[in-house]
Amino acid sequence: MKQTPAPGRMGERSSSWTARARGEVAQRLPIENLLPDRQPYYVGSWVYVFGVVTIAALVLTVLSGVILALAGPDWWHISAAGRFFNSLHFWSVQVFFVFMVLHLWGQYFMASWRGGRAATWMIGVVIFAISIAAAFTGYLSQQNFASQWIAVSAKDALNAAGLGAFFNVLNFGQMYGIHVVLLPAAIIVLVALHILWVRMKGVVRPIESSRPATRSTPEKV
Amino acid sequence: MMQRKRTTPEDSASTIRTVPYDLLREVAIAMVACLVLVVVLAAALSSPDVPSVTIQSWAQADPVDFTTTAANELAGSTTSAGYGAPYNSTDAGQTLGPIAPSKWAGVRQPVDGANDFVINPLKHASVGDSELTAALSGFQAASDAQKTAWLTAYAKALGDAKVQDGKVVVASGDYGAVPVLMDRLLTVARSGGLDGLLLSSGHFYQTDFTKPLLFMADGSYLAGLAAAQHLSGSQWGMMNETGQYPGQSWLWLYTVWYQIPPFNTAPNGDLLVIILMGVLTLGLLLVPFIPGLRDIPRLVPIYRLIWRRYYREEARP
Repeated sequence: MKQTPAPGRMGERSSSWTARARGEVAQRLPIENLLPDRQPYYVGSWVYVFGVVTIAALVLTVLSGVILALAGPDWWHISAAGRFFNSLHFWSVQVFFVFMVLHLWGQYFMASWRGGRAATWMIGVVIFAISIAAAFTGYLSQQNFASQWIAVSAKDALNAAGLGAFFNVLNFGQMYGIHVVLLPAAIIVLVALHILWVRMKGVVRPIESSRPATRSTPEKV
Repeated sequence: MMQRKRTTPEDSASTIRTVPYDLLREVAIAMVACLVLVVVLAAALSSPDVPSVTIQSWAQADPVDFTTTAANELAGSTTSAGYGAPYNSTDAGQTLGPIAPSKWAGVRQPVDGANDFVINPLKHASVGDSELTAALSGFQAASDAQKTAWLTAYAKALGDAKVQDGKVVVASGDYGAVPVLMDRLLTVARSGGLDGLLLSSGHFYQTDFTKPLLFMADGSYLAGLAAAQHLSGSQWGMMNETGQYPGQSWLWLYTVWYQIPPFNTAPNGDLLVIILMGVLTLGLLLVPFIPGLRDIPRLVPIYRLIWRRYYREEARP
């Protein structure tokens, strides 16, 4: 059997995809960057808390949503426990959006896309857009008066855009499936990617800093 | 005190001082704080749940509106009857010059109000009811001009209709078979039977409420309830919730356009709002690349507040 050299040993390039991927990951995202125990001293504002609280609220939203999905869409209308878990879900979503918007504005005023971080910003905006769609399908899946009225109101804009033909807000089965599977999965994957990008690139340095650049990347995108 | 330096992505140039930090502890604290906040809010404030409207509750609460809507469905004069795609081809849909997304998407959820909401349910209900069977046959055999004459006269009479023992009573007139059809449809609706008949599509399991929702939306009862709950479009409805609960407040930028011209007056207002929001969302996505937008943070000194410790230290000689 042919021997595969260890990645990076003596500078040679391995022919193993796995070894090359491992080397690439180790170079781009060493474990001390993924799980840091030190940060630049300027990372000391409450603005930095908004992102982690958003993730905490997302975790609670997903967990309460899983319980609601396991019990079925009728459960919370007829059971006190169901109503409580629906309330947890409802308020988790509210907290999630409040802190996500604060996080977004905070990052905007920090111009956090500097230093090669545009992809991190763009992934965040996509998460924001998909989260709006996820919350919207959640409101449509409530099976109450609000769901009915939101559905008949929202259909006009979606139909005008040609989307209503494929994304029928009056079809509970379609909205519920999208809400409990597709959109949460997309959000979770993108949030994971967002966090990886943040850890890979590090937090952005202050604007108009007279200190040397933090990376070889120029400050411009 | 001198801080120990260590290489991080932030200070690969080895010039920026680092301080101890515990990522996992921060995550854990955020989780616990968030959990406490959400549990307190859920326990103290619960969540909104105004019961859904059924065809039955509509017919019982406002039989005149129900009957008027059903008669208008027969006449083909309701909103859904003249909607266009994706329900039918009676209208070109909203367009902007050559842009006609609704038409391009086509009719993918066909709805025929007269047959789907009135005639077909009545055919199901006519088993053993010879008077209804005869009325259906008579109505369907009549010419279009005759049907229009009956329905126009009946719609006018409904303006002064009275409700007696749950039935809608109108002044005597030449309405042909229409009063029998409307009376039976109201009876079926009040019993709850029409809720099931509007969902029926030939198989057992049902999750598509397109037809009953379009039928209810054609009436004024549902819209009246929504207005009472401050949910109408002119009341920033899409971002509101029933009761005093917060709704989808994150939709404020979408909803705001529906409060101002030309979006709230133009016949293609929905399409205009969708296009505008698409452009704005694209703008947000591409902020890092748009001169002007990406420069605002440098001009607004909020960053100086966020990194005040850094600038304070930097200002020291």
